[in-house]
Amino acid sequence: MEHINWNGFNKGVWQDEINVRNFIQTNYTEYTGDESFLKGATDRTKELMKKLEALFALERQFGGVLDIDTETVSSLKSYAPGYLDKEKEIIVGLQTNRPLKRGVNPFGGIRMARNACEAYGYKLSNKVEEEFRFRTTHNDGVFRAYTDEMRAARKSHIITGLPDAYGRGRIIGDYRRVALYGVDRLIAEKKADKAKIGMGNMNLEETKLSEEIFQQISFLGYLKDMAEMYGFDISGPAKNAKEAIQWTYFAYLASIKEQNGAANSLGRVSTFFDIYIERDIKAGILTEEGAQELLDDFVMKLRMARHLRTPEYNELFGGDPMWITEALGGVGQDGRTLVTKTTFRMLNTLYTLGSSPEPNLTVLWSKDLPEGFKKYCAKVSIDTDSIQYENDDLMREIYGDDYAIACCVSAMTIGKQMQFFGARCNLAKLLLLALNGGYDAQSGIKIGPQTKVIGNAPLNYEEVIARFDEYLAWLSNLYVNTMNVIHYMHDKYAYEKTQMALHDTDVHRFMAFGIAGLSVVADSLSAIKYAKVTPIFNQDGYVVDFNTEGEFPKYGNDDDRVDLIAKDLAHKVITELRKTPTYRNAEHTLSVLTITSNVSYGKHTGATPDGRPEGAAFAPGANPMHNREENGALASLNSVAKISYDDCRDGISNTFSVTPEALGRTYSERIDNLATILDGYFGKKAHHINVNVMNRETLLKAYENPEAYPNLTIRVSGYAVNFNKLSREQQKEVISRTFHEVM
Amino acid sequence: MKGYVSSIQSMGTLDGPGVRFVTFLQGCNLNCGCCHNPETKATSGGTEYSAAEIAEKCEKYKAYFGQKGGITLSGGEPLMQSKFASEIFKECKNRGINTCLDTSGSILSADVLSLLDLTDCVLLDIKYNTDELYKKYVGCSIEKPLEFLKVLNQKGIPTVIRQVIIPTLNDNSESMAFLKSLKEEYPCVYKIELLPFKKICKTKYDNLGLVFPFDCYETPSAELIKQLEAKL
Repeated sequence: MEHINWNGFNKGVWQDEINVRNFIQTNYTEYTGDESFLKGATDRTKELMKKLEALFALERQFGGVLDIDTETVSSLKSYAPGYLDKEKEIIVGLQTNRPLKRGVNPFGGIRMARNACEAYGYKLSNKVEEEFRFRTTHNDGVFRAYTDEMRAARKSHIITGLPDAYGRGRIIGDYRRVALYGVDRLIAEKKADKAKIGMGNMNLEETKLSEEIFQQISFLGYLKDMAEMYGFDISGPAKNAKEAIQWTYFAYLASIKEQNGAANSLGRVSTFFDIYIERDIKAGILTEEGAQELLDDFVMKLRMARHLRTPEYNELFGGDPMWITEALGGVGQDGRTLVTKTTFRMLNTLYTLGSSPEPNLTVLWSKDLPEGFKKYCAKVSIDTDSIQYENDDLMREIYGDDYAIACCVSAMTIGKQMQFFGARCNLAKLLLLALNGGYDAQSGIKIGPQTKVIGNAPLNYEEVIARFDEYLAWLSNLYVNTMNVIHYMHDKYAYEKTQMALHDTDVHRFMAFGIAGLSVVADSLSAIKYAKVTPIFNQDGYVVDFNTEGEFPKYGNDDDRVDLIAKDLAHKVITELRKTPTYRNAEHTLSVLTITSNVSYGKHTGATPDGRPEGAAFAPGANPMHNREENGALASLNSVAKISYDDCRDGISNTFSVTPEALGRTYSERIDNLATILDGYFGKKAHHINVNVMNRETLLKAYENPEAYPNLTIRVSGYAVNFNKLSREQQKEVISRTFHEVM
Repeated sequence: MKGYVSSIQSMGTLDGPGVRFVTFLQGCNLNCGCCHNPETKATSGGTEYSAAEIAEKCEKYKAYFGQKGGITLSGGEPLMQSKFASEIFKECKNRGINTCLDTSGSILSADVLSLLDLTDCVLLDIKYNTDELYKKYVGCSIEKPLEFLKVLNQKGIPTVIRQVIIPTLNDNSESMAFLKSLKEEYPCVYKIELLPFKKICKTKYDNLGLVFPFDCYETPSAELIKQLEAKL
């Protein structure tokens, strides 16, 4: 197949089938140099950014939400076109008719939408209430089907943050397809897929799929209409870089108008855009300044994306994140790196527009990345604390070279794989539940196998492990079943039509489970094994505290005695989960990631044998517990690197904070050292790291005087936040984390 | 061979080139007023390790060292345990790890000379520019480190001269001129580092029930360090 807008591109199978990867591989230009070619912001960009900064300030003044349209249900065509500055913008499109105004999306649950409005002093309109009076939401469906035990598990916080009242998210549409092929071609392909369905047996699965493709096709139509409202015809392929970025953005915009999923990641667009930019520069119709402007304008749009959330939601996912994750760099299967000049341009937006948590820029690190790029990344980390790193050498083996990251650490091949997001279960609470024979002393709920409370002698390691295993088996089965209910209902009542239209019809599904409290349980088991832990009982005869005497090895010090306990725990959990079949035969995966819920999980968990008091926050993700690392930063990194990615295919999150002084004496030494440390860490097969290079004092000052630090960005757990958008509790926890410093 | 270690820092970026595994050996022969590791002074105490144990621990971090990093032996005064230090360096060399010695250069013996043969890089403290200050605030003659430097130059070991800048004692042109002259005289010196005197070690002294002798001195400003660096 040929198209005039493809002139100048190398030919390939991408012309005859939907295959963006092949288009990239046959057309991109690797860049192995340094950042010296980059240009700063133009006056136009600066003016536009100034306007946007003013709106951000106003939004802060208004308590975090600038405005809500309570009259309209968010969808692709429900708002008139909106602009930041129609004259100056190069890339256009807003979620609603005005910048930062939030829409309501009740498909996940009407109560959630209602409460979110009320939390900010608004009232959901009667019009929307009426519209949803006779409509089943995802939330309605889930609670109709939940068993009593599932409700109890939720209520006792042994499993929390489940997407049963909000969109599940973590689905990445291949938004690039719209730019490369145009919507008409995508519709034609989907129609062909649908036509094939009637040929086999029309069973439950096939019928479901047939209806889904029908919905996908209609939403591709709406996508075209939405673009039309902004004056663009996106039925055919984009003809230049500006159009490629605009078409891609429209596809992304449509998906976030339709869905309010927790994480709405972007994918891996930079190198794709680079092909168009290179073609335009060669043709003399684009300059370096112009190329940077396109990226700047696009990124400004991404920084304006918002969803309306309730305060309860913000406790788990603090800082108003969207997880607009863009994967950068990495290496191709032929050995050429996927770093292009536009990879640099995307990172450069952190200078042209200032540091920012969104988009969630994620560098796919490989030992083979060009030195110039490695150093530029390290420099960006040191200057902005805005980027994270994930191990491309580890993931490429599994997902190929056209995968992206959903949310924080969830890898998936773009357009070919999706996941059913499943929040996480609380392992520390499970340990206490096991000791108390199925009684949760925090909520007073009896749940799980009802057995005898553990005796009052010092805890015996083997006995505790046997109990823990019994309860883990019970919880794993319950957890998978609960997820099966949730995702059945999500598909039924809140199916992601736009995003799934930008996937192959035959899609591979993951079911992503998670654990919180890994380091707490590892240290607790280590205490039981190597020190003397005596339980303390309340008057009702339940364990509520522990007396821990003697020393014990702590996770985070590169000590196998405890690190292997942590590693084995993760292995045990995924092994148990795999025993229960999943909805739509999804592949079980596991993450060690907490977002900001480590604070909330801790709050609902009693004292633990490692000496952590009742209610104290857990460490985030797979991090060692705060300030228990005694052998320096690399020892801590080595401990985390031992958790196996084969057990935790949905990611292992590590957040690393180091003071600038501890990275080296001079700026250039710090850059070199950070790049070397990343090589070392990933060489140990570690999966992920957030890097913060800052002093605790900066955070303390921002805590006391937020107005003075409006743009302070910090990486927390797989994503970055504006420090001021965290709750006071979350801020305190972030401040109390380990900062590796000069001794 | 066993020796005594005060502490280990898995990520050292300030003591030698690149990212380094820094082992602080126990025991010191001097009595510097500005000492920021008072816990390493006593010649008894510390944790007993074999040289192979240290090298094995260090090897776990080899991936982080890149082209330049490696192990640094600091202290205390690592020359106090020069046989142990030699063993560690030998074990590290066998593992392809770069070696660096952070020393006051105040001991020169046959054992020290064989240690230097296994040393890739030296961080040499030149604390003051006069024998008087050396005797008063260090507890040895200035001739000791100067003689040591001569040996380093003969052996051609890349050397960084370091000086902790303590306002009123050595933040002057004479001191800088002295350092500069050493660099000119000894081609093995490839860099001079001025380190600002810091007082965060005060709590260590307090915890040990010791008096911090230099508590009365001020911390130099970054500006002052810059001005002094310009004179080098």
